[in-house]
Amino acid sequence: MDNDLTLKIEHLSSGFFTERGYVPAVDDVSLSIGKGQVVGIVGESGCGKSMIARSVMGLLKYPGRITGGSIKLAGQELTGMSDGQLQRIRGKDMAMIFQEPMTSLNPVVPIGKQMREALLLHEKMDKISAKAEVLKMLEHVGISEPKKRYGAYPHELSGGLRQRVMIAMAMICKPKLLIADEPTTALDVTIEAQILRLIRSLSRETGMSVLLISHNLGVIAQMCDTVYVMYAGKIVEQADAYTLFDRHAHPYTKGLMDSVIDLKSNPRRLPAIGGVVPNLLHLPAGCAFSPRCPRAMDRCREERPELEELAPGHLCRCFEEGRERL
Amino acid sequence: MALFRSKQDVFSEDLASQIGESQTLGVQLRRMARRNKLAVASAVFLALLTLAAIFVPILSPYDPVIGDASIRLKPPSAAHWLGTDEMGRDVLTRLLYGARISLAVGVVPTLISMILGVALGVVAGYVGGMTDYILMRLADVMLAFPSLLLAMVIMYTLGGGVLNIFLALALVGWASVARVARSETISLKESEYVQAAKSIGVSGGRIIRRHILPNCLPALIVLFTLNIPSAILSESSLSFLGAGVQLPNSSWGLMVNMGRQFLYNAPWISLAPSAAIMLVVLACNFLGDGLRDALDPHLNNE
Amino acid sequence: MAREILLSARGLVKEFPAKGHKRVHAVSDVDLDIYAGETLALVGESGCGKSTLGRTLIQLIPPTAGTVTFQGHEITGLSARAFAPYRRQMQLIFQDPYASLDPRMTVHDIVAEPLVTYKLCPDKAAVTQRVRELLDAVGIPDEFLYRYPHQFSGGQRQRIGIARAIALQPRLIICDEPVSALDVSVQSQILNLLKDLQERFGLTYLFISHDLSVVRFMADRVAVMFLGRLCEVGDTKTVYERPAHPYTRFLLDAIPMADPRARETEKPLLQGEIPSPIDVPSGCRFRTRCPYATSRCRTEEPELRAVDGRLVACHAAPLDR
Repeated sequence: MDNDLTLKIEHLSSGFFTERGYVPAVDDVSLSIGKGQVVGIVGESGCGKSMIARSVMGLLKYPGRITGGSIKLAGQELTGMSDGQLQRIRGKDMAMIFQEPMTSLNPVVPIGKQMREALLLHEKMDKISAKAEVLKMLEHVGISEPKKRYGAYPHELSGGLRQRVMIAMAMICKPKLLIADEPTTALDVTIEAQILRLIRSLSRETGMSVLLISHNLGVIAQMCDTVYVMYAGKIVEQADAYTLFDRHAHPYTKGLMDSVIDLKSNPRRLPAIGGVVPNLLHLPAGCAFSPRCPRAMDRCREERPELEELAPGHLCRCFEEGRERL
Repeated sequence: MALFRSKQDVFSEDLASQIGESQTLGVQLRRMARRNKLAVASAVFLALLTLAAIFVPILSPYDPVIGDASIRLKPPSAAHWLGTDEMGRDVLTRLLYGARISLAVGVVPTLISMILGVALGVVAGYVGGMTDYILMRLADVMLAFPSLLLAMVIMYTLGGGVLNIFLALALVGWASVARVARSETISLKESEYVQAAKSIGVSGGRIIRRHILPNCLPALIVLFTLNIPSAILSESSLSFLGAGVQLPNSSWGLMVNMGRQFLYNAPWISLAPSAAIMLVVLACNFLGDGLRDALDPHLNNE
Repeated sequence: MAREILLSARGLVKEFPAKGHKRVHAVSDVDLDIYAGETLALVGESGCGKSTLGRTLIQLIPPTAGTVTFQGHEITGLSARAFAPYRRQMQLIFQDPYASLDPRMTVHDIVAEPLVTYKLCPDKAAVTQRVRELLDAVGIPDEFLYRYPHQFSGGQRQRIGIARAIALQPRLIICDEPVSALDVSVQSQILNLLKDLQERFGLTYLFISHDLSVVRFMADRVAVMFLGRLCEVGDTKTVYERPAHPYTRFLLDAIPMADPRARETEKPLLQGEIPSPIDVPSGCRFRTRCPYATSRCRTEEPELRAVDGRLVACHAAPLDR
C-alpha cells in the first residue's frame, strides 16, 4: 500500500542552528502524496512550507538541517543520503520549480542547452535525440516556435515564458514528483491562470504527483486534491480540498479563509487575524496560534494540542472546544 | 553593497527577523568580534603598535639618531631585542620611531584621499549627467597612470619630506575611492527609501547626508582599512628608492634601504623593518576582510 | 452631485529612451480625474505603466507631454521651489516595506523626516510628540519608537511607511501595491487601517494594484490599464459586475477563486503574453490578445467613451454576456 505513495514524509523535523538557538522551522510533519495527486501546503511566510520542500529536495543550506523523521520517495529513503546520491535523484525522480524562475536559470547558457543537460546526465542520451526531446517538451508546455526558443537566453524571455521553461526543464526526465514552491506568485493573474492550468494538465497526462506550496487560497482551491494548512512549523489542519473549504475546523484555517476577499459583496471592513506570527525561538507554551486565536481558552495557552482525526482524512490540531462547529 | 533586499530574500529576511539578527553598525562590529578572531587579533596588534610608536620615548632607553659606536652591528640580544645598526643604534627603537611616520603615512593620505574621493564620487553619482561624466573621466585619467610613477614625479617636483608624501599619496589615491563612492551612491539613489525621501520633498544635500553617506559607510570603512596597506607600501617603495622620507627622519622603507648594504653580515637591520611592513599590511588586510564580512549584508545570512 | 476634482490629468504621456533610438511607451495619452475623498484604483499587469503613471501624476517623474492640475492649479513644469507646497499634499506609500525604510535610521527618525524637512514643529520635543501621535494612529506601540526597521515584521514596517506618508497631512496618497508583499492575514489588517485613516483624515487614495480582489474591497472607482493606456474606467461595482472591455473581463475571470467547485466551470483564458511597450501594436494595443479583434481595431485606436455607465476604450463594447 505504502509503495503506491510517491512521497511519504513521516515525523519530519528540520530547522536552523543559529547563534541564538535552534529555530524549529518544521516540527513533526507527516504528509503523503499518491501517484498523480496534487497536494497543497498553505500557510504564511515563515510557517515552514518552503522548508519542507527544501528538506525533500535535499537543498537545505547551512545552518539549516533535517533533525528527524523520514522522507520516502517511491519507497526509497532520502534522509541520510549523500549529496552525490541525492544528485542522481534530483532532476530525475523529483524536480522543483521556484517562485522566481530567473534566479534558477543560468543567465549565460541558452535555455535549450540547459534543458538538454539533464537528459545527457540522467538518461545518458546522445545530443541529437536529447535535443529532439527538449523541443518536444518545449512544445508540450505551450511554447510557440520551440526551435527558435531553443537558443534563447533566459533574459530574452518574459516572466511567464521563463516559468514555462522552468516547468519544461523540471518535466524533462519525467519525474515522479514535482515540487512547485509558489510557482505563480511572481506572475500576473492572466499568466498565473495559464501556468496553473498547464501544471494540472501535465499531472493528469503523465501521472506525475505535485506538491504545491502557496500562500494563495485561490490557487490551492483550484489545484489541489488534498490540502495541509501549516502554522509555525506544524500542520494544523489537513483535509481534501472540498472538506477544507466547506467544513474547516481550525480557527487559523477559518482566519485564512475569512481574509479572502469576496468579489461579489463589499464589506466595510475585512475580518483580519490580529497580532503577528510568533517568533519560532520563543514559541508559546501552549498552542502556537493561541495568542492570535479568537477562541483561545486557558487550556490552549498551557497545553499543546495534538492532530486529531475528525473524519477519515480530516485532521485538526485543536482542542475540541476550540474547533469551528462542523 | 547597498542595503537593498530583493523579494527573493524574503526567506532569509524572514529568518533574520525571526531570530532578531540586527543590521546596525555597532551590532555588526560586535558580531564580527565574536566570529572573526583573526580580525580582532589584527585590530589589537595595530592598536598596540600605535601605542608603542607614541610612547617609544618613554619605553625605550635608547636614542633613535645618536648611536653608540662601541656596539655597531650587534645581533639581537637581551639589551637590544632586534640588534643594532651600522651606527650602533637600537633597531627596535628606530623601528618604533619609524612606525610613527609609516603609520601616519598609512592613515593620513588615505584619509585625505577618502574625503576627496567620497566627496567627488557621491556628487558625481547623485547629480549624474555632465558633472558625473567630467569627474569620472578625470578619475579615469588618474587611474591610467602607474600610481607609483605618478607619486615619484610629484615627489621629485615638490621635493622629499613627509608632508609632500602625504600630498602625493592622497593625489594618487582619490580616484579609486571616488569610483567606489559613486557606484554605491548610484545604487542607493535608486533604493526605495531614497525615493521615499524624495517624494517627501527632502533636499538633495540632506538626502546625501542622512541616507546615502550612512549607508555608504560600511563600504567606506572597509575600503579605508584596505587602502592603508597600499599607502604604507607606496611610502616604503618611495623611501627605498630615495624619493620619500629623507634622513635624519626615518621610515621603514628607508630603514630597509639603509640596511641593504649590510644584508649579509647584519641582516636584522633590513629584515626587522621588512617584517614590520609585512605584519602591518597583513593586519590591515585581515581587519579589512573581517569588516567586509561583517558589514556586507549579502554575506550576513550565509 | 458635483464632486470636487482633486487631481486631473489631460493627455499625459511618459516615454523613456530605449536602445536603438526607440522609445518605451510607458504611459500614453491618459486622461484621468481623481475626486476628493475617493479611492481610485489603478489596476493592470506588471509593465502596464501603472506605477509610472502614479509617479508622473505627482511629479516624481516629469511627464513627456500633457498636463496635471491639482485643485485647479497646473503643477506640471513647475520649478522645485514653486512645486514644494504641492509636494506636501501628495505622498507615496511603497510596495516593499523591506526596501522603503532606511535600515540605518530609527523609526522615530524615519517618521520625523517629513516633519523636520518642512519645519512643522517648533522644537525636538514637539517632533517626538507628533511622531508618537502618528505611530499611535497606525498602531505601532510607543515602546518601539527607537527601534530599527529590521526589528519589525513586514506588516509593522508597512505601518511605519504609512505613518511617514500621513505625517504631512496630505490630501492625496498614492498607494503603490501597498499590500502585495504581505501575508494574507496581515494584508487585511493594513487594508482596514488604510480605510480607517481615509475616514479619519479625509484622505484621497490612488490605489495601484495588480490584485483585483484587494481593489474590489478598497476602491470606489477603478481604472484598468493595459500597455500604457486606460481601457476601462468606472465605479468598481459596475466594472466588476458587468465588465465592458474584453481585457477587464479576462482579468476578472483569471482570478483563482477560493472555492474548489469553481474548477468545474473552466473559463476561457487569455492567451499569449503582453506585447513589448517598445513596439506597441497599431490601433488598439490589446488587439493581439483579443478574441474580438476586427480589422478596425488594427487601424483605429479606440478612444474612451461612455458605455453603460462607465468609460470604455473598445470598438466592440458593450460585449454581450
